[in-house]
Amino acid sequence: MNAPQTLNFMPSEGFRARSKAVVENPFLRKSFRGAMDFLTAKRAAQFPDVEELESLRTLGERIRQYNLAKLPELLERLEINLTRNGIKVHWAETPDEANAIILGICKAHAAKLMVKGKSMVSEEIELNHAAEAAGIGALESDMGEYIVQLAGEKPSHIIMPAIHKTKEEIARLFAEKVPGVAYTDNVDELIQIGRQVLREKFREADIGLSGVNFAIAETGTLCLVENEGNGRMSTTVPPVHIAVTGIEKIVEKLEHVPPLYSLLTRSATGQNISTYFNMISGPRKPVEKDGPTEVHLVLLDNGRTQAYADDQLRKTLQCIRCGACMNHCPVYARIGGHAYGTTYPGPIGKIVSPHMLGLEATATLPTASSLCGACGEVCPVKIPIPDLLMRLREESFSAPRANPAMRGQGAGYNATISAIWRAWAAVYRSPRLYRLATWLGSRFNGLTPSRQGGWTSVRVPLKPAPKRLRDLVKERQ
Amino acid sequence: MSDAPPGRQRPTDVYFFATCVVDQFFPGAGLDAITLLERQGIRVHFPEEQTCCGQPAYTSGFPDEARKVAAHQLTLFPNDWPVVVPSGSCAGMMKHHYPTLFAGDPARLVLAEELSGRIYELTQFLVEVLNFKPQDAGSACTVVLHTSCSARREMGVYLTGRKLLDDLAQVNVAQQDHESECCGFGGTFSVKQPEISGAMVEDKVAALKATGAERVVSADCGCLMNILGHAAWKDRQEGRAIPSLPGEHIATFLLRRTTKESAR
Repeated sequence: MNAPQTLNFMPSEGFRARSKAVVENPFLRKSFRGAMDFLTAKRAAQFPDVEELESLRTLGERIRQYNLAKLPELLERLEINLTRNGIKVHWAETPDEANAIILGICKAHAAKLMVKGKSMVSEEIELNHAAEAAGIGALESDMGEYIVQLAGEKPSHIIMPAIHKTKEEIARLFAEKVPGVAYTDNVDELIQIGRQVLREKFREADIGLSGVNFAIAETGTLCLVENEGNGRMSTTVPPVHIAVTGIEKIVEKLEHVPPLYSLLTRSATGQNISTYFNMISGPRKPVEKDGPTEVHLVLLDNGRTQAYADDQLRKTLQCIRCGACMNHCPVYARIGGHAYGTTYPGPIGKIVSPHMLGLEATATLPTASSLCGACGEVCPVKIPIPDLLMRLREESFSAPRANPAMRGQGAGYNATISAIWRAWAAVYRSPRLYRLATWLGSRFNGLTPSRQGGWTSVRVPLKPAPKRLRDLVKERQ
Repeated sequence: MSDAPPGRQRPTDVYFFATCVVDQFFPGAGLDAITLLERQGIRVHFPEEQTCCGQPAYTSGFPDEARKVAAHQLTLFPNDWPVVVPSGSCAGMMKHHYPTLFAGDPARLVLAEELSGRIYELTQFLVEVLNFKPQDAGSACTVVLHTSCSARREMGVYLTGRKLLDDLAQVNVAQQDHESECCGFGGTFSVKQPEISGAMVEDKVAALKATGAERVVSADCGCLMNILGHAAWKDRQEGRAIPSLPGEHIATFLLRRTTKESAR
């Protein structure tokens, strides 16, 4: 197995270089575009009725906001009810703490192999890396995750981790990395190869690890949405199941789940419903013949309480991780997921990563948006992503202040840029100065520079017209 | 001349908020929009003190600077006439973001909310308030319409520009691939992330050209600066003297199409 590639802890650095490299690669450009077109069309087919979509989105938003408003209380109730059901609850403030808890459970069982269902939080904490370092094998069992793990890469999409790979690349990868496999680019055959390898590993594994889509406080139930059955295998075959999730994934009531579940599958993969929906309410009972004998839940903070503390930033936590924002994002479609350098790419990644990694490391990301609004338009729980991007820009570019709402506030502060904006405001708030400035611009438009930074890299220079509209209006009076 | 839709009184006067981009870079489009409105019997008032809606600072993460500039615009429209803006983007800023911007300033908030209720994007005003049905006086042609993201998603007026073009009997409106996708302008985004913005405008121009339309029209000059700027750059790169994708503001196009040849 390859040592997993580690996260870039300064995703801001090199962002432009990484995005440039993809943008200049016509093959990747075409392949991302094709994949995103496919996903957006599938979602669109699921929502033929605009009114139904709008009322469902409003419902989704209300459910998420209701539950976030009660979050502290719900977390307590969740712990009580999970404990009553025999599930052990652990709290982790940081990725290191989460890894220590998970690896501690592994060590207590002398575990050698952990088989993993799909979990973005396990990517967020870089569990595979930590497990490897502790001498514990961590094998991804979701097909997409398995592919990126074989390739020594990170997922490039939160729902379709290997969306950046073509079937030919996967065929070569399997032939090279899976013992005894001949090259085939038949997709069904490739899937069968993967399934056979993994089937054996489910039996061998000491630990099954999974994520959580919804944690229901009133019943003490963990819900897991998946399509491949590997989630069910990971959570039922190995003797110990460890689930890991962010503290925001909670809902109070069972009845909150169906609308969110429907929004999730329809927005994410354009499915009416997923192939599997697992509800985990405890370990194997004495009378039962199968299931794990121990179930653990690790609840991770990792910056979520920082977002929670601010009314506007809290909306970030409404996310149900469907990935529709990235599928519809013209920036994501151009640069793919890896360019972002964060666990969560795309629009949601730009608004959630600064809480996890701090603005020092992520200040560039919120600037990489034209604020076109496509993400906010499709978000099933109506997260106002463009507004949050503007807020993050402000948090980043403003002068460092006491008691900031975010770690790294002021990281992008530049005294010169701030002075330029102050000067801009001084001119544009004063009709007299504005008239003077625009008069000079038009009068001396022949002096307009021919190189205008990034603008003229692919555009002709901007040049003021010889007469302003106000001049033309005056002339005709 | 057309009548106002039932239930809505046809205004006699409007304010015209040109936007800084139109004032300095597309003055012809502004004048054409004013003429178009006047031909509908509307008195158009151009507040001489107007500057910019404040959006450049707002979207760049400098809300304090945006607020100072926006506060000045709040003083320009004392009568309760509609304010017509020849840009979905600037109209969206004034209609939807001014109330947010002044949430902490009760006196200005009242003004901002009152103003918000009478902000109209130009094509929206022509269709929804004036019920304007342009009579085509031109010869057959094919155009392609680019609708800005703000007009489409913030103002929700992407159908009004389309309707005006559809009303022109001799004009065929071509359909571009990925019509609803952003052209890549995004204000300072185009300068801060030139590679991504450049890729977006490259694809947009290619999609517009692929329709075979003889020109692109748009109700937003920000998008036009970007789209036409790239098309012209590409023409230069490839040594073309004649623009491969000419374009203009929808006001200019509408005015020309509805003006009889003899009157031009």
